[in-house]
Amino acid sequence: MIHGRAVEKRYGTRRALRPLDLDLARGGFLVVTGPNGSGKTTLLRLVAGLAAPSGGSLEVEADRGALGYLGHEPLLYRDLTALENLDLYGRLYRVPERRERIGMLLERYGLWDVRAERVGSYSRGMTQRVALCRALLHQPELLVLDEPFTALDDEGAALLDRQLAELAGAATLLVTTHDPKRVEPLASATLALA
Amino acid sequence: MRYFGDVAALARKDLRLELRARDTLPAMLLFVLSTLVVFHFALPTGADEVAAQGLLWVALVFTALLGLARAWAPEREGGALEGLVLAPSDRSAIWLGKSAAVFVFLGLIELVALPAFALFFSPLQAEGIAGALLANVGICAVGTLLAAMAAASRTRELILPLLFLPLAIPLVVGGVGASVSTEPGRYLVFLGLYDAVFAILCWASFEYVVSE
Repeated sequence: MIHGRAVEKRYGTRRALRPLDLDLARGGFLVVTGPNGSGKTTLLRLVAGLAAPSGGSLEVEADRGALGYLGHEPLLYRDLTALENLDLYGRLYRVPERRERIGMLLERYGLWDVRAERVGSYSRGMTQRVALCRALLHQPELLVLDEPFTALDDEGAALLDRQLAELAGAATLLVTTHDPKRVEPLASATLALA
Repeated sequence: MRYFGDVAALARKDLRLELRARDTLPAMLLFVLSTLVVFHFALPTGADEVAAQGLLWVALVFTALLGLARAWAPEREGGALEGLVLAPSDRSAIWLGKSAAVFVFLGLIELVALPAFALFFSPLQAEGIAGALLANVGICAVGTLLAAMAAASRTRELILPLLFLPLAIPLVVGGVGASVSTEPGRYLVFLGLYDAVFAILCWASFEYVVSE
């Protein structure tokens, strides 16, 4: 599903991602690790189409509607409620039975009781949960998650563990993490960036 | 039809955000009213009506600029623009939805500003109001695109006026012309042409503004 050859990214003279080859088959689960500044986020932004490679080639066999992306920022409106944010994205992604799907995700991630509160009033962990709901809303074929466990408490992390276990094999996953032990049992491959 | 459904959802979102946060409209309203008051006292008694019409357009363009500077602020916070860009809908719908919301804001401001202008100076004729409506379309089309370009920059507050004001000059010429000329139809046609050409250009180029 993802094929990269000597793909690299530069911002001016600064190299954000060293040239690398990358292959991820449909249904695969690739865990990307590496120290700060090694290019993990850059790689995920390239795969998501939010940035263009400076060199090499990168082919992603999933259109925008089939991609779920969780980045460092939640990609949410702070002055809209969780329900309104998810409803907007549900419309744009043409999610069938949108309200039921949103309700199910909010319930699952423990956000149902606060669904009518503005996202700006949430804690960082709750915001991350809404961001996860947004990324999962349209049941993407390719799920790109950048440090998904960030800010999650034990309960939230356990929910995400369960979600990833369900998705492994059913969807293609590309996940960066500083805690590879957490997801390695599910992974079909790992990539360590230097 | 799905395209216009996306546009409507995006415009509704902007109206809801403004109703909730009340960041932009009160500031625009206060600005346009205080500018008209300043002009009222700055113009000498018996000053030419044509000069007053010109000052109205100065007030309207700078008020619009104030609104445009805030237009993409909700998308900057929390990276929501990237969320919209990733969605499978046509990216021009993001521009059109935002332009529609800015058009509503500007229309609401003018609902107050034009009667205030009539109170301080002289009432606007139907041609002048038609000119304002047509100019609003151009301001929203061009201004929303330029505001999106400026929003990506650290110096957005400086860049937006530098980009927008030169392109707003034809709108001011058309708006003032429609208000004071003996042949307002020519100026209204000119404004309509400006709107059509720039709306198509902005619609077609928005994709490149939000893509790397």
